[in-house]
This record gives sequence, C-alpha cells and structure tokens, in this order.
Amino acid sequence: MADRAADVRVRDFKEVDLGMTVDEAIAEAERCLQCKKPLCVAGCPVCIDIPGFIAEVAEGNFRKAAAIVKEQNMLPAICGRVCPQETQCEGVCILGKKETAIRIGALERFVADWEQQNGLVSPEKAEPTGKRVAVVGSGPAGITAAAELARAGHAVTIFESLHEAGGVLTYGIPAFRLPKEIVKTEIDQVLEMGVGLKKNYLVGRSLSAADLLKYDAVFLATGAGLPSFMGIPGENLPGVYSANEFLTRVNLMHADRFPVFDTPVKHGARVAVVGGGNVAMDAARVARRLGAKVTLIYRRREEDMPARLAEVHHAKEEGIEFATCTNPTRIIGDQFVTGIECVKMTMCKLDASGRPSPQEEKGSEFTLDVDMVIIAIGTSPNPLLVSLIPGLERTRKGNVVVDENGKTSIPHVYAGGDIATGAATVIEAMGTAKKAAAAINRMLREE
Amino acid sequence: MTRLYTVNTASEIAERIYEFWIRAPQVARNARAGQFLILRIDEQGERIPLTISAVNGDAVRVVFMAVGKTTQHLATLKAGDALADVVGPLGKPSEIENFGTACVVGGGAGIACLPIIARELKEAGNHVIGIIGARNAGLLILEDEMREICDELFITTDDGSKGFHGYAADVLKRELDHRTIDRVWIIGPAIMMKVTSAATVPYGVKTFVSLNPIMVDGTGMCGSCRVTVGGETKFACVDGPEFDAHQVDFVELMQRQRIYTDQEKAAVERFAEHTCRCGEGGHHHG
Repeated sequence: MADRAADVRVRDFKEVDLGMTVDEAIAEAERCLQCKKPLCVAGCPVCIDIPGFIAEVAEGNFRKAAAIVKEQNMLPAICGRVCPQETQCEGVCILGKKETAIRIGALERFVADWEQQNGLVSPEKAEPTGKRVAVVGSGPAGITAAAELARAGHAVTIFESLHEAGGVLTYGIPAFRLPKEIVKTEIDQVLEMGVGLKKNYLVGRSLSAADLLKYDAVFLATGAGLPSFMGIPGENLPGVYSANEFLTRVNLMHADRFPVFDTPVKHGARVAVVGGGNVAMDAARVARRLGAKVTLIYRRREEDMPARLAEVHHAKEEGIEFATCTNPTRIIGDQFVTGIECVKMTMCKLDASGRPSPQEEKGSEFTLDVDMVIIAIGTSPNPLLVSLIPGLERTRKGNVVVDENGKTSIPHVYAGGDIATGAATVIEAMGTAKKAAAAINRMLREE
Repeated sequence: MTRLYTVNTASEIAERIYEFWIRAPQVARNARAGQFLILRIDEQGERIPLTISAVNGDAVRVVFMAVGKTTQHLATLKAGDALADVVGPLGKPSEIENFGTACVVGGGAGIACLPIIARELKEAGNHVIGIIGARNAGLLILEDEMREICDELFITTDDGSKGFHGYAADVLKRELDHRTIDRVWIIGPAIMMKVTSAATVPYGVKTFVSLNPIMVDGTGMCGSCRVTVGGETKFACVDGPEFDAHQVDFVELMQRQRIYTDQEKAAVERFAEHTCRCGEGGHHHG
C-alpha cells in the first residue's frame, strides 16, 4: 500500500493513500489467524465480522467480503479511510503483540472500493411497517441510523441543513483523505433504499420542532458543529478562521477553485494552525495545498496529540512545521493578521485525560509572523435545534442526555453521534446510531 | 435537477436594487420578521444571506443591491428561473411586543427589511413610525408599501431630492426630541446603522440593528459571521442577526465585511468580462 509522493500530492486534493492492490489485499488477509474469539470484533464500535470478511478476501471472494462488512456497516469505504483503526480493531489484534497487526482498515477500504467499482450489492429490506421516522442531520450518525431503520422497513426522511448530504464527511474531511465521490456513492446507496433526503432544511426553523415531533420516532444527529475559540485578543481579526469555516469553504464550497467557484478563501503565505487533532492536521494540510508555509501550534507534546499517527506523519511529510509545547496568547494585526504571539509550555503531571497538564513558562513569549490563523481546538454541540425542543434534557456542555440506547428525555426521540457524546470519531458516531436505530425499531414494533 | 426553488417575479425597483419573489415553501411557511434566508444560484455559486422582506403564500420576497459578482449574477435571473438552493428561515425572529410607539428606520436597500417588521409591530398593537432614507429620490424603495403599513412615514434623502434634506438619523433625533419612542429598529449599511443608532443613545431607547456580516453555512457552524456585542463574541447567524445596537462593535463588523474585497473585485471584473463578450448580459459558465 503506497502513499503518493509528498512533493506531488501537496499540489492537489487527490487522495494521498492509494490503497491496496488485489495481491496485497490477499496476502494481507492470509496473515489473519482467524481467532476463535476475535478481539478485533469487540474493538469495532459497529461489530463488523472482521475474521469473516477477511477470510473471504483471502479466498478472493471480494463481493462476499463486501456483503459481510455491509451487514454491520453501510459506509465501509468511508470507515476504511477515516477510522482510527490503530486504537480500535487493529489496536487489539493479537498479531500486533508480536509483529504488526492485520491492516483491517485497509482491507475494509479495499473490499468497499472493489464493490464500488464492480457494482454495489443492495441490502435486503423488511416489509414496510407504515411508521415514519425523521432523522435530523446527514452525517455519519444520521446516515447510519437511516440505513438501519430503512432496512427494518420504516419510512425514513433525513433532514439536512446544507445543500449536500454527509455532514462532517462532506464539509470537514478533505478530499485528499476522503474523496467526495466515495462519500456520495455510499450515501446514494442508502438513499436508494428508499430513504428520503430533504436538503436545505434547518430543523427547528424550516420545520418547526412541533412538526418534527409528529413523526413516529425522531433521531437527532445534529453533531458537534459549533466551533470553539480560545478567547484571546485578536481572534476576530480578518484572517483568523475557525477550522470549520476554512474547511467548509474549501471542501464544501470549492474555494480552492475560486473564481471558477464563487466562494473565496484567503491563501495565506504563512499560516498558523492551532490544535493537535485530526481537524488541525486537515486544516494544516489544506492550507499547505493552497500554497502556505504552515506551522502547527500545539500546547502539549507531539506524543500527546489526539490526531491519528498516520495523519501526523502525513502532515510532517508534507512540510508542516510543528511548534509543540506552545500556546497562543494573542493574535496581532491592525486591519489583518500579521502575527501570533505564543508562550512555551512546560509539561507537568498527568491530568484527568491522562495527558500531562501544560503550564506556561514565564518570560518565554515569542511571536510568529503569520498572515493567517486557523483555530482547530474543538467543537461543541450545535445548540440550535436542541434548544428549540421543549423539555429535551441536556448536559452542562450542551450534549443531549441519552441512555445506553440513545433514548432522550422525550418519548420517541433518540439521539446519537456527537450531539449525544461530544466530539468523537466517525465510527463511534455510527456505533451510537446503530444502537439507537435498534432501540427505535424495537419501540416501533412493540407499539 | 428538480426545480424546488424558482424565481416567481424579478424586477429592478431602483437603480441596481432588485426585488425578487422566490418560491420556497419551507421558508415561507415559517418565516418571521427579522429572519433571513441563504440562497445559492447554481452549483458554482456561493451561499449568500438575504433578509426576508415579505411573505406571500409559498413565496418570500428578497431585495438586494447588485454590487458583487453573485448579486450581479442574481440580477440577471428572470421569472421562471430556478435557484439551486434556498434555506431558511434562519436567525432569531425580531423581539416583537406591544411597546407603545415603535420606530423602524431603513437606509438604502436596508429599507426592504422593514415591511415585515413594521407589519408585525403594527399587529402587536404598536403605533409605528417609519423613517426611510436614501442617497436620492431615485434610490428610495418600497415607499408606498411602508406608507400603507406605518402610522407615520418620514422620508429623507442625502441630496434633498425628496423629503427631508439630510440623514435618517436627523429625523430620528428630531422625533425623539419631542415625543416618546419605546423601541427602534435600524437597518441599512453598517456605517448608517452605526451613525443612526448613536442618535438613540442619549434618549436611552432600546435599539436593534440587523447585522450583515459575511456568512457561509448560516447555521452556527463556521463562525465566519462572528461579531462582538457587549464585549462578547456572538454568531450573527444564530444569536442574531438582530442585536442591541448600543452594544455592537461596528468597527470590527466593517473590518470583517472587507475580508474578501480583493477577491470580490476580481470576481466582478471576471463576471463583467464574461457577460460583455456574450453580448446580452446573461450569465454563461465558462
């Protein structure tokens, strides 16, 4: 499996990772020990029959392998690319103890891509139940729940506020990590199961909360889209972007192709990206592709970064400079950003998250000359819809309170993905969506 | 493409100011005073926010001045043309109650935002004063409609070609001097809102302005439209677009509105070149 050369790929938005060839996939699948009690399945938030599909790959039965994956996961080409397998299925693979773990993610991607190129297998659907379910949000959680509920025979309508479906898969994750046609194909496959999609619908505004609650069941999957800022001086200067805005302009609105597309974005010559997660890596790498020299500012050490190792590695290969143990204190500029003032951080004893807690080093202030700053320090739940539903219980942080099945404080209303859990991964969102969909199905059948 | 959103009528109501009625049932059904929509002309288009000026059946009215590339392109559309996307209503509705006497002040194309607010104020039992101002008589829009809705209507022009010779702020001051006004709405260009809302400060009248910063999604996700109000960062798309005028940092707002000035200029030039070559002023994709 090969990555495109760094000096070539920073000039375009085509996929970095080229995926496995047929021979590579079969050889990799043959390494699988086919454990009796597979740890990988337990490590997968959606419980894919991993040994089952890998056995079929080893035999060259790719269509069968794809069908096995899709029993549990309708978005395998997406998950094969963006799941943090190293901490999930691959992280617990027994082979990883001695040598290297089976590359489960790459195999999942391989069979999904093979299926997309050779004709999709349409999943079987139950008889129509006559029940109507509204799914709010078309990100990974919404799409997954919609697919599960449609399979169970319910009439599902997804409401999406943007003009494209996919949520973070569309506006957030750049094409070089997740090509948009891959996302579209997998979402279309869910829609082909008879799922309705109403785009340009901001539920709570375009559809009142009262009208939403008229559905037999509701699944809220509005995500964690509200960007956090640091609250430091200069943050509203022109040239300071949230990662969400920067990525949305490029990924959803194609601002990299302005003026062919009408949405503009600044092309910084010297860009600072603040944060150490996957979104920070994405923003840094997009800025790089727009021609910038990029410095990533992170307040802890590199090994504490929440981003996937592969993404950190890719970013470094592409020439992103890392300023670790560094925290911004002020953004400088008059009409536009001209610099970012930072302070060095010393790592102290571990905090509740298991990472060292950083403390400012007195007198270590320094300034980076930059003409653009992107803040990628996290997001919180979008408060709009949930604040408009009377009686919906929420945590102090704004997440919807749910039980282990995704059930909220309101009858018939379930929630999953980031709106319930706080910012997490695509696959975790899908895991909560599957549980909630199963619970919704039970509820609708019992009535 | 399914034609969900169509232009029902399109007309130029003053120089470079256009009035469009757009079919968008889910917007029309729920729209309230003070809210806006975001539209996208076509697949290459950007998302632009426009205030909802009136509602009729399954259509909403928007009024815009053709200045940038997108508004110039929009101005070339005719009745029956389709838009790629319309989402709304967005933003919080105006806070409307029976205050007693309420005054709505509009500048230029901003006048278009007033009828829906004035109507709701009137329905809530207020005595409604309208003050509408423009650079000259030719740029004054929706005068008849405002006269019909408001109990009193004052007109101002910068050049004195109609009504009071001067600014809306002057008339507002004059009226505040000799009577009680309980609430004021001011909508227009940022500089006009800044200057005009300063007039109500000495009288301690709660004053709302409708802010128009640059937006992308309009649903609280990108943070492009952040404005400082009372020292706090707010998102105009979900916390606004209306805010207490006396708390708004207008200097920052105007600075942020100019972020893409260079790009806008290039886009307008490119658009002009494109439309000229084709001869008839229509937009063609190259």
